[in-house]
Amino acid sequence: MGIIKAFKLGFDYLKYDEDGNVQDTQRAVDDVNLDIEAGEFVAILGHNGSGKSTLAKHMNALLLPSEGTLWIDDMDTAREPELWKIRQKAGMVFQNPDNQIIGTIVEEDVGFGPENMGIPTENIWRRVDDSLKKVGMTAYRHHSPNKLSGGQKQRVAIAGVVAMQPQCIVLDEPTAMLDPNGRREVLEAVRELNRQEKVTVILITHYMEEVIHADRVYVMDSGKVVMQGTPREIFSQVETLKEYRLDVPQVTLLAHELKKSGADVPDGILTTEELVNALCRSN
Amino acid sequence: MMRDITIGQYYPADSLLHALDPRTKLIGTICFIVSVFLFHTFPGYGVATLFLGLLILLSRVPVKFMFKGLKAVFMILMITVVFNVLLTPGEILWKWGILRITKEGLVLAGTMAIRLTYLVIGSSIMTLTTTPNQLTDGMERLLRPLNKIHVPVHDIAMIMSIALRFIPILMEETDKIMKAQIARGADFENGNIIQRAKNMVPLLVPLFISAFRRANDLAMAMEARCYHGGDHRTQMKPLVYRSRDFAAMGALAVYLGIAVMFRVMGW
Amino acid sequence: MSIELKHVSYTYSPGTSYEIHALKDINLNIPDGEFIGMIGHTGSGKSTLIQHFNALIQPVSGTILYNGEDIWGEKYNRKELRSQVGLVFQYPEHQLFESDVLSDVCFGPMNQGLTREEAEAEAKKALRQVGFKEENYKKSPFELSGGQKKRVAIAGVLAMNPKILILDEPTAGLDPRGRDDILDQIAELHKVRGITIVLVSHSMEDIAKYVERLIVMNHGEVAFDNTPREVFSHYQELESMGLAAPQITYIMHALREHGLPVDISATTVEEARATILDALRESHSPLLKKEGGMGK
Repeated sequence: MGIIKAFKLGFDYLKYDEDGNVQDTQRAVDDVNLDIEAGEFVAILGHNGSGKSTLAKHMNALLLPSEGTLWIDDMDTAREPELWKIRQKAGMVFQNPDNQIIGTIVEEDVGFGPENMGIPTENIWRRVDDSLKKVGMTAYRHHSPNKLSGGQKQRVAIAGVVAMQPQCIVLDEPTAMLDPNGRREVLEAVRELNRQEKVTVILITHYMEEVIHADRVYVMDSGKVVMQGTPREIFSQVETLKEYRLDVPQVTLLAHELKKSGADVPDGILTTEELVNALCRSN
Repeated sequence: MMRDITIGQYYPADSLLHALDPRTKLIGTICFIVSVFLFHTFPGYGVATLFLGLLILLSRVPVKFMFKGLKAVFMILMITVVFNVLLTPGEILWKWGILRITKEGLVLAGTMAIRLTYLVIGSSIMTLTTTPNQLTDGMERLLRPLNKIHVPVHDIAMIMSIALRFIPILMEETDKIMKAQIARGADFENGNIIQRAKNMVPLLVPLFISAFRRANDLAMAMEARCYHGGDHRTQMKPLVYRSRDFAAMGALAVYLGIAVMFRVMGW
Repeated sequence: MSIELKHVSYTYSPGTSYEIHALKDINLNIPDGEFIGMIGHTGSGKSTLIQHFNALIQPVSGTILYNGEDIWGEKYNRKELRSQVGLVFQYPEHQLFESDVLSDVCFGPMNQGLTREEAEAEAKKALRQVGFKEENYKKSPFELSGGQKKRVAIAGVLAMNPKILILDEPTAGLDPRGRDDILDQIAELHKVRGITIVLVSHSMEDIAKYVERLIVMNHGEVAFDNTPREVFSHYQELESMGLAAPQITYIMHALREHGLPVDISATTVEEARATILDALRESHSPLLKKEGGMGK
């Protein structure tokens, strides 16, 4: 069984009236089944309000299912006694870099998680050194987070999670507030962790360019998983993606348009090289 | 303009003062404040000035950062000085209409100015050489005995350190919100007090909403990183008194002794 | 009607160790009716620059003229200037504060001295023009989606009837569809109201698709100021500034290198499709089926 598994997962946001009675329920996650293997790089795509962030928060037991079950490494997230073990196994990085850094010095922030876990002091230092190196932020360890760029802050946040030595990292739109360079930095750090450390990565995003290197992509719409497959399989379906308020990388779109105009180009082209090969093979 | 407030702003450097245990620095700051009130003659202030100068040298923080903290209290300082100069009765040196300057007034104003300035600079030295986290760690340890009477010392310390981290962020945000509203024709400068208070609404509402949102996000991020209060928590930088701290305490004791002696002898 | 910058320089925290020369001797002219894009990496000075346009920041040296008048002149009415030169900041959360959408949009016009009725008329017009639905006028701005908030924020500035509208990254944080919707709406505004638009963006793809003129900021200086086509042909220099050209530019260059005679100045998917089809046709490529879509 995979490291993250969901069975018929459902979640309702409750709206209360003034007397505290449930007035309205809103289904944010609906009948989601997942099976993610250890070491995979999985991307979850969806427009704003599609339920992807709500789903992500379940993986860290920040939210508990209204229906169905979610297991992290065979532990049911709804079981209270396992709570801290689950949070340690599945680390979480959030969207706003400013609102998740607790320490006023980079290295102190990275040490925050291990401190909470009760790790002995010398080990904390080893973990902090190690995680800062993995995200390439060692040179900034004595800096104040306020003086860093957005991409650097997010890498600090990732180091803070890595220091807890989780088996998987869930990143909830980690690049939404960054500029293109920041996005690249963060994504490289994440891919490196996945490749070198075999950390399972669940990347939640609506930037299409970020998912082409994923092993598998889930697309969500109104709380449901509506598509799943390899990036190539997903991006072959340009029109369907548009219906879900998403798009495809420009090169994929161009190939699709050429095909519509009668050129013999394969579906699901993901990179410039692929397009060049497809167009120039006869020349 | 808002970024100039130094309180709570750490200045990274490699100095003896930076290396001291925060508890030593906290106790030291208290000792210095006490000494400023013990001294009451100009030779006494001379001693305090020497001591302060030595600390500034040892801290390796550029002097201008020390004085930046003063900007924030400059108005209070000026008002205190003016009132003391003009309103203290005594030997009249200069008179014009109802305004008069007395010798006692000058002395009192000078004393107040020196005390206030030294208080601000003294505490700035502490905040400039100690990270807010170390500071709260230090306070937490010093106040730990209060746990026995059910004061949640750890929680208070955590609240303080978070507040310190977010002050600069919220300052910057205030600046941005002000600009966004000025761009829509808002006026934060003119009008009487009631109008001005009313004009603050477009600034305060977005600021509060943002602060609550940040608090919410932060709480979630802390929980996700296994934060569950002060129990079973270890520390990355546990506080240990070293020989330099004992030396510093010794120096402090001597300094405080001198201050007490000046007071007792009436120097 | 134009904004003119002459030798404008700006320095943050002058005389301290944090001193930053954010703008260095900027000379620019923003004439009426243009759709201008502005790019530059974070810290290149573009945010500082746009805040000079409506006198939120006073330059350390140099002059800024609006319609030929010095906006930092002694008697100059800068409040009036700010209603002519509208600036929409990146985060709508920084300006929304009223209990309902309509009142919030009225804030600007009422600051201009309009009565509530007059302001409401302007607000409704602005909300309509940004595509905000009337049934949501009485909703609290805080319960709206990101895209809706952005619209209300733009309407809040638009309701003041500016001649120039500056938008700082209006698409940040929006999903692809939300992004396209907002940009289409802005292009529509440009057409309908005929106002000058300055669009600050990180997305080269969006810039390529919409703007007529592109200003590239780098280290506080104007690095390029030309049509997007022309600017993107310097893609190697853009890269050295931490920027990039749209993906299409790279594809065009790669195709040309591999012998396909395409027009390398194409920057949008539409242009690329056209020139690739032409090139394939010209080289009698077997990839083009005889039946399908040759005409278009």
